[in-house]
Amino acid sequence: MAKLESSLMNMVLSLFVISLVMAAALGFVYNITKEPIAEAIKAKEVNAIKEVLPPFDNDPVSTITDIEGLSFYKATMGGEIVGYAAKTYTDKGYSGRFDLMVGFLPDGTINKTVVLQQKETPGLGNNILQPKFSDQFKNINIANLNDQLLSVKKDGGTIDAISAATISSRAYCDGIQKAYNAFITNYVNKPTDSVDMNTGDSESDVLSDTTTNAESKESKGGRK
Amino acid sequence: MEYVNIIILALLVNNVVLAQFLGICPFLGVSGKVSTSLGMGAAVVFVMALANLVTYLIQNYMLVPLKVEFMQTITFILVIAFLVQVVEIILKKSAPSLYQALGIYLPLITTNCAVLGIAILAIQKEYSLVESVVYSSATAVGFTFALILMAGIREQLELLDMPKGMKGFPLTLIIAGLLSMAFMGFAGLV
Amino acid sequence: MKNMKFFTEGLIRSNPTFVLVLGTCPTLAVTTAAINGIGMGAATTFVLVCSNLLIAALKNFIPDKVRIAAFILIIASFVTVVDLVMKAFTPDLYNTLGIFIPLIVVNCIILGRAEAFAQKNKVLPAILDGLGMGIGFTLAITLLASIRELLGNGSIFDIKLVGDNVSTILLFILPPGAFITYGYLIAIMNRLKSRFSS
Repeated sequence: MAKLESSLMNMVLSLFVISLVMAAALGFVYNITKEPIAEAIKAKEVNAIKEVLPPFDNDPVSTITDIEGLSFYKATMGGEIVGYAAKTYTDKGYSGRFDLMVGFLPDGTINKTVVLQQKETPGLGNNILQPKFSDQFKNINIANLNDQLLSVKKDGGTIDAISAATISSRAYCDGIQKAYNAFITNYVNKPTDSVDMNTGDSESDVLSDTTTNAESKESKGGRK
Repeated sequence: MEYVNIIILALLVNNVVLAQFLGICPFLGVSGKVSTSLGMGAAVVFVMALANLVTYLIQNYMLVPLKVEFMQTITFILVIAFLVQVVEIILKKSAPSLYQALGIYLPLITTNCAVLGIAILAIQKEYSLVESVVYSSATAVGFTFALILMAGIREQLELLDMPKGMKGFPLTLIIAGLLSMAFMGFAGLV
Repeated sequence: MKNMKFFTEGLIRSNPTFVLVLGTCPTLAVTTAAINGIGMGAATTFVLVCSNLLIAALKNFIPDKVRIAAFILIIASFVTVVDLVMKAFTPDLYNTLGIFIPLIVVNCIILGRAEAFAQKNKVLPAILDGLGMGIGFTLAITLLASIRELLGNGSIFDIKLVGDNVSTILLFILPPGAFITYGYLIAIMNRLKSRFSS
């Protein structure tokens, strides 16, 4: 077959047909991958929450509450609250923003912290991934914590900065600080027993717990 | 202060060529002479700022409302290619002298990954319209800066006697490595 | 048998990374670890083969004057497919490669092969050419990435090859290391080429 001539009609038509077919194909692929993409994102979050909190049996992702721009998740075991996870971030990293997950126990102790995603310099800044650094945040209790403590020693805090990566270390502290400030004001320093209510609608919390987890529903029913 | 930060970061700390590896092809290809580097740089500044302006509008007023963000790559590259063509035609008609200076570099810009890369990065960083344009202009100036530095060094090295295998790309790459090392010194400036 | 030539051309003689020096941005940017090299190579090979196939098949339907626009359209669509699939099934690798996945669109290897080869040839040679170029690219960047990972981190494919108390040359993981390693590799290839041709 001879090549199509470069007449205006042919040009417009061929480009139009190609875009149409390609757009249709893309729409198809998008629809197929939509679920797995959402699942992959969710799985990553659930894994991080599992890592920073003691064992739980509910679906924390469905309890997501937005506080001061951070996401808070509630974890329960048999209906009892075992902790809260907070997804926080910092813009002060050496290579810009990175995301962290912090686990708080109900009494306000930091259980564990992990990095969700980062682009810090390999071998220097990305040593924040090493347990040697991140474990320093373990068991810090908000009750005996003032603003000074969640910073590197250079700034008067208690955290040993990674040598040659003070910027990344500071940024890490900054991210944790953000989460804990939000946690204190919204969970700890609330009128009594509000620790197990988050700022969201408590009705819907119970509802989502029951729909996602039969066991927690049973234990709640038992208490009543 | 925000803007100063963005400019210093884009220009020096995260230099587009030496730290982010965008726009390497023209960096290796057009850095033979200082004068051509200037021309290429000017064309990139112009197109990059314009491209970021347009892609910002498309992202926020077309792709997001229609919920087709996954079409970002394909729309952006088409828009950039289209934009380059339009700029070329307008310059040819209205500013022939400028066209003569920049003209030959314009078609090369479509495949300059820095233009598409910076447009996508500006969206990812959630910059506002003004921030996005400031960011892209500073990045493009950083690109020009790296290009001119390189051209200056290469002009001197032309006369040097060196092993045959090292001539051309290998030498340029190794010099780029040394420049990149020097630019690492800017880290922590912000 | 003649078809084999199309395949081997891109592997060594016209290796896109070491001989043609195309697609340098991903070559330098993602080669901090060997696994990234494989991932980036596989994604690029997929786009290259698919776009070569489609362009060779459609060559008579694309008028000459709009061919570049049509090529970009086709390539960008396949890149979006890769983007979505990787996001869904290899999210970790997707995060590491980051911006360089969408940037496969402007990888000059792909548009270069479309223009120089696919639009002038039949479907089968076009596929083989794409496969050869893609695998050549993958092998080259994986080699580069292995060297950088070994020198900078003491491992290859995350397998530690040196003891914990051995300090590695961090520089090779950092941007300068990319330029320097790539420069020396091309120099070595040039030397080998001149030795074999003489």
